[in-house]
Amino acid sequence: MKTPLLFLTMLCAAVSFSQETIKQDSLKTVTVEGSRKGIKKSLNVTANTTLVTSKELLKAACCNLAESFETNPSIDVNFSDALTGTKQIKMLGLTSPYILITEENVPSVRGASQAYGMSFTPGTWVESIQITKGAGSVVNGFESISGQINTELIKPIGDIPLFVNAYGDSGSRFELNTHFNKKVSDKWATSLFVHGNARVAKNDMNDDGFMDNPLGKQLNVVNRWQYANPESGWVSFLNVRYMNDEKQTGQLDFDPDRDKLTTHFWGSEINTERLDFSSKVGYVFKDMPYQSIGFQNAFSNHNQQSYFGLNQYNIKQQSYYSNLIFNSIISNTMHKFATGLNFTYDKYAEFVNLADVSRIDNSVGAFFEYTFDDNDKFSYILGGRMDYHNRLGVFFTPRLHVKYNPWEKAVLRFSAGRGKRAANIFAENQNLFASSRVFSVLDTNGKIYGLDAEIAWNYGLSFTQNFMFFGMKADTTIDFYRTDFQNQAVVDVMNSPQQVLFYNLDGKSYANSLQLDFNLEIIKHLNLRTAYKYYDIATDYISGSFQRPLQAKHRFFGNVEYATHIVEKGKQWKFDFTWNWLGKQQLPNTATNPHHDRLPNFSPSFSTMNAQITRTFSSTFEIYVGGENIGNYTQHKAVLGAENPFGPTFDTSIVYAPVFGQMYYAGLRFKIK
Amino acid sequence: MNIMKNIVIGLLLMLVSFTAQAQEKKSKNAKYNIEVNGNCEMCKKRIEKAAFSVSGVKSAEWHIDDHQLHLIINEEKCSLIEIKKAIAKVGHDTDEVKATDEDYEKLHGCCMYERK
Repeated sequence: MKTPLLFLTMLCAAVSFSQETIKQDSLKTVTVEGSRKGIKKSLNVTANTTLVTSKELLKAACCNLAESFETNPSIDVNFSDALTGTKQIKMLGLTSPYILITEENVPSVRGASQAYGMSFTPGTWVESIQITKGAGSVVNGFESISGQINTELIKPIGDIPLFVNAYGDSGSRFELNTHFNKKVSDKWATSLFVHGNARVAKNDMNDDGFMDNPLGKQLNVVNRWQYANPESGWVSFLNVRYMNDEKQTGQLDFDPDRDKLTTHFWGSEINTERLDFSSKVGYVFKDMPYQSIGFQNAFSNHNQQSYFGLNQYNIKQQSYYSNLIFNSIISNTMHKFATGLNFTYDKYAEFVNLADVSRIDNSVGAFFEYTFDDNDKFSYILGGRMDYHNRLGVFFTPRLHVKYNPWEKAVLRFSAGRGKRAANIFAENQNLFASSRVFSVLDTNGKIYGLDAEIAWNYGLSFTQNFMFFGMKADTTIDFYRTDFQNQAVVDVMNSPQQVLFYNLDGKSYANSLQLDFNLEIIKHLNLRTAYKYYDIATDYISGSFQRPLQAKHRFFGNVEYATHIVEKGKQWKFDFTWNWLGKQQLPNTATNPHHDRLPNFSPSFSTMNAQITRTFSSTFEIYVGGENIGNYTQHKAVLGAENPFGPTFDTSIVYAPVFGQMYYAGLRFKIK
Repeated sequence: MNIMKNIVIGLLLMLVSFTAQAQEKKSKNAKYNIEVNGNCEMCKKRIEKAAFSVSGVKSAEWHIDDHQLHLIINEEKCSLIEIKKAIAKVGHDTDEVKATDEDYEKLHGCCMYERK
């Protein structure tokens, strides 16, 4: 129990340090920002897009992108698996491989980075997140099926000279974020973001001999350069980024130097090193602010070396992405279009134990997207793209978004579109390596590990109405989306607890999702957000039709935020409370296991609570404390067959509830403006 | 691959021709700011809609705060006076062309701006 003490000392030291700085700074005038909403839903935007501002991200512990959706009902954050501590996200009930995840409109979490990629973007780097439900735009590619999540990082022009954030929690995890910014000239600015995090002590709250979350350390550095010349119309971004992430997990007694790849103790190490380089050049035509041309290029080298007990998994991906976009109008700005070309190249060196499943993927495509906006009630975006992919063939991808305002303060939206992708079955399901399951791919004729490409259609309907509710501002939204798979790389854990099967869909697979939102501003600065979500996600497996495992059919969400008025020098209190209720979830089949290693068919329902208090001392300094899973609900048996990790029933992948109990955290943010 | 090649070439040609077109005579993208009297969001929609109804108007943005209508027009296809007439026809006074009392009276209650 040395760590909490260490953490407290660290925090106190940091607090006293910052207070001195405030005194020096207090002579400067402080500009008070008006209250901005954390989540913005526009009635005028054509697609069903929600804008999440950085303000919203401050409401939760939010250490990285994967954890930044805790207060947002559109995205479900799964409980981190017992092994890697990584949180997976879902949209419309589908996991992140079906979501196009982009960083400044360049696809970022894809291929080898699918499992952990979201945890490779620190939360403090994020300026805003746009979440689009449904088909998405054709501009960024053909892969998105259930939606798009685009993250904008803080821009060097407009950034503050120094930002420091320190964080520590009762799970022995510590983080330090420092941002430096410099305006080099009136046209050039640069930012350097340095992130480090570490989990320094082993936790085993449930006494099963396994760590509840991994030991780890991450170093993540990005240097950004931004150029803007309003007179000439040229803008540019350059980014260089390096990331090194190391995780160690498994049994408490596991010592990697001694026990790696032996049966003395069960353990796992996942080491990832990543280098990114990206550039953007844009030109806005003189005298024609509506016409522009943009050219994006991104190169990444991703290298994951890992083992899970006796299973070894190594994947290296070298990736190049290029996008040329031309934006203009047809006769006037009511008719806009975007057209251009995409090129992607992915070289995978992938080894599953001794099997070499390396491959090279490349694709080239052209897109055209037309936007009509009558500047009043009606608008639509019709897009199409034609691609050639060496494994998916030549194919056409249509997408449509329609918006109509039938009366005041109301919006009706419809979307439809097709998506197609190559499933990286091993990278996306690597949590299953941490089990005694044997991996089998049952098909051999396809071009992607023997499987065919995944193809799905997504249709959605959404209606939002803003209104006054007993004199309080309120809004309500009803969303219904359906995804129909024509083909799917089915991941089958319903057949046998000793196997995971991969095969092409034979029969039906669909995902229906219904979301009902009700938001209320009770008084100024006191906001209530509620949501009910219904999911019906069923797939025809070999052994019959089942709901997708580890997916609750019913979910409730509630969030209350309260902030006091900002008084002199920016002093303020902010309170935030989030409640989640999850109904029963289908569990993978364990019926053939010996009695003590069997789980029921469905998990019990349960709820979790998170809370945070932020104290702003001035516009440059604040501290926050919070708790996650305050109700201390934990899964009864997180690791199946924990007594015999090399036996036939061992499985760490069946996680339907928090593994780690209550967790408390504290942190501080300091800025020089 | 041949199909792809053709698509690529086609698109490139399209890009080039657009760019070439865009760099012709300046009068195709003439910028003007004119004063148009009005009040609210509804006025904004009506004014912009009227401006766009004139062929040759590429961009029209009316600002509530200073009553300025920012225009980008193709002078080969239309003239400012045509646009002002179109706006006056829906009830909004411009610097040069005033709306008839009849057209002004047709405006929605909240749009009844103070006439100069």
